[in-house]
Amino acid sequence: MKLGSFLLRRILLSIFVIFGLSILIFVIARIVPGDPARLALGPRAPEDVVQRLREQMHLDKPLPVQYYFWIKGVFTGDLGDSLVTKRPVLEDIKEYLPATLELAIFAGILMAIFAILLGTLAARFRDTWIDGVIRVLSYFGVAVPAFVVAVIFMLIFGYFWPILPTLGRLSPGVVPPRTITGLLTLDSLIQGNFVAFWDSFKHLILPAIALSLGGLFQEARITRSSMVDNMNKDFLAAERGYGIPERVIMFKYLLKPSLIPTASVMALDFASLFGNAFLVELIFNWPGVSRYGVTAMLQKDLNAISAVIIVFGGIFVIVNIIVDVIVAFLDPRIRLGAAKGT
Amino acid sequence: MQQKELEMTNMNQNHNALVKTVANPKSLFWTNLGRNWYKFSRNPLSVIGLVIVLTIVILAIFAPWIAPFPEHAGPFTDYKNAGQPPSLQHLFGTDNNGRDIFSRVIFAFRGALIMAVVVLALSVPPGVLLGLIAGYFHHTWIDTVVMRITDIFLGVPPLILALAIASVLKPSLMNAMIAVTVMWWPWYTRLVYGMASSISNEYFVVAAELTGASKFHIIFREILPNCLSPIFTKMALDVGWVILMGASLSFVGLGEQPPTPALGRMVADGARYMPTYWWMTVFPALAIVLTILGFNLAGDGVRDMLETRMG
Repeated sequence: MKLGSFLLRRILLSIFVIFGLSILIFVIARIVPGDPARLALGPRAPEDVVQRLREQMHLDKPLPVQYYFWIKGVFTGDLGDSLVTKRPVLEDIKEYLPATLELAIFAGILMAIFAILLGTLAARFRDTWIDGVIRVLSYFGVAVPAFVVAVIFMLIFGYFWPILPTLGRLSPGVVPPRTITGLLTLDSLIQGNFVAFWDSFKHLILPAIALSLGGLFQEARITRSSMVDNMNKDFLAAERGYGIPERVIMFKYLLKPSLIPTASVMALDFASLFGNAFLVELIFNWPGVSRYGVTAMLQKDLNAISAVIIVFGGIFVIVNIIVDVIVAFLDPRIRLGAAKGT
Repeated sequence: MQQKELEMTNMNQNHNALVKTVANPKSLFWTNLGRNWYKFSRNPLSVIGLVIVLTIVILAIFAPWIAPFPEHAGPFTDYKNAGQPPSLQHLFGTDNNGRDIFSRVIFAFRGALIMAVVVLALSVPPGVLLGLIAGYFHHTWIDTVVMRITDIFLGVPPLILALAIASVLKPSLMNAMIAVTVMWWPWYTRLVYGMASSISNEYFVVAAELTGASKFHIIFREILPNCLSPIFTKMALDVGWVILMGASLSFVGLGEQPPTPALGRMVADGARYMPTYWWMTVFPALAIVLTILGFNLAGDGVRDMLETRMG
């Protein structure tokens, strides 16, 4: 009930953010120096052809009218044609999005598991060498950009020690599964195609690690400090008094409330993972929507740029809502305070 | 960035304590220099960070005199010496054009530092100003307008929007800085907004209002001085992030243009010559990591220095 109104407010705010974002993107896409139609067709195209495209793209009309046509297109699923691939942008995104989602979800899972594991370890063995190693790793983990990790992985695993594939989603020669969800690992698993599953899984490992590293260590540190903060709380002393085994206390009663700050940071990290995916996909030649986006940006393919940003804005907003719900479940104070406060 | 956000919110909660103890953090900083240094240096990692930062800054400023081959930072070619592995003469080896990578890295620090300084100098004042105004006039339409616009900017991963802005402009260091600046101010608005809206309920602000002080006076003389510590802390912690963002942009070619060296670009260029000329990638990559690490560690020290005063 209270959670419901809390959610409703979040969703309304999100709709507003997406709407504002669409204006922002539209403005960005229209501040391009030069003529998008000319850019699309190249300098040698005859003027009347360029003029026709300009009319087609509504570039000859005032800005608010252009925005109206564009946003109408967004709602009707017509995001225009990509100036580079010459196909509807929506088709391109439909084709490339699953690869990015698969990578991001896998990286997110890695991030969550290892952050909680390392954070718990560091808290359990605090002020020992284990804690020290995790702390030093976390300083580096935060300072090493994802694209640097990716390039170094390419160097190590692509050339010197080729135990894992570094390019694309599947090895040549492996028959891809029929598309159901578009996530290769999931599709091949559903269809019992274990060769494809294993191959696509191996392809996921390096890009996913490169993507998750920065956030992972940061979250491990937050988990650690929040667990250490909670360790001296009275409720734990009471549970110890009841004779509950230390292991159960650690994982059940201490970990759960300690994950609240981790979860909110994880949300932001998971979302910024999509930002870093722009560079990581490029390096690992991962055929995802981020690589498509970078290519579009470098070619000034405006329709594609706008669409990609709207898609990521949407993902960002959805992720944030999901995490807010998770945090609310973890933290009764927020769940109940949402209706009472503000 | 995310961790800092969290810390900032903690700071906001501690802020009422700060308000009562610190009237003017800026003057306190100088009178307590020894004390501040003590707090900063209590964590040896902060000192290591500071040493790294100072080294990089000195290298960048005196690059033409320190770099062994200053002319290699430009359109220089020497194909006889192309692709030399690291040696005493070329500490980091040479690139595919025979240029000394060590010299180029030293010169690339310049762009990275300029980026950090310019982006923070351009994004912090408007971000802080908007936060102050929205915070002082909280629960009015001004608050709503400013903060919802801020939400929009915070509604996409910053790197994506910065890439988009940089890409529609002509690729250059200047435009990369513009793109990052556009993405950077909302974080300060959000930070200052939280503080300003709570401070504006404090008795000294109410007292100033009752004595007929102007809104200008209240915002800049009563509220702003009490927000300075967290702002400076965030700025110190942000330097590393701006440099990272700049390196990411230049990695895809949207930063400083060749032949001027840029760290991200050097990593990307080197990647094309892997694995033979691995040093072309590895050393610029290490330089990026070390720079960000140095600024992050030193930033933590600045936080310790400014934060403990609240206790």
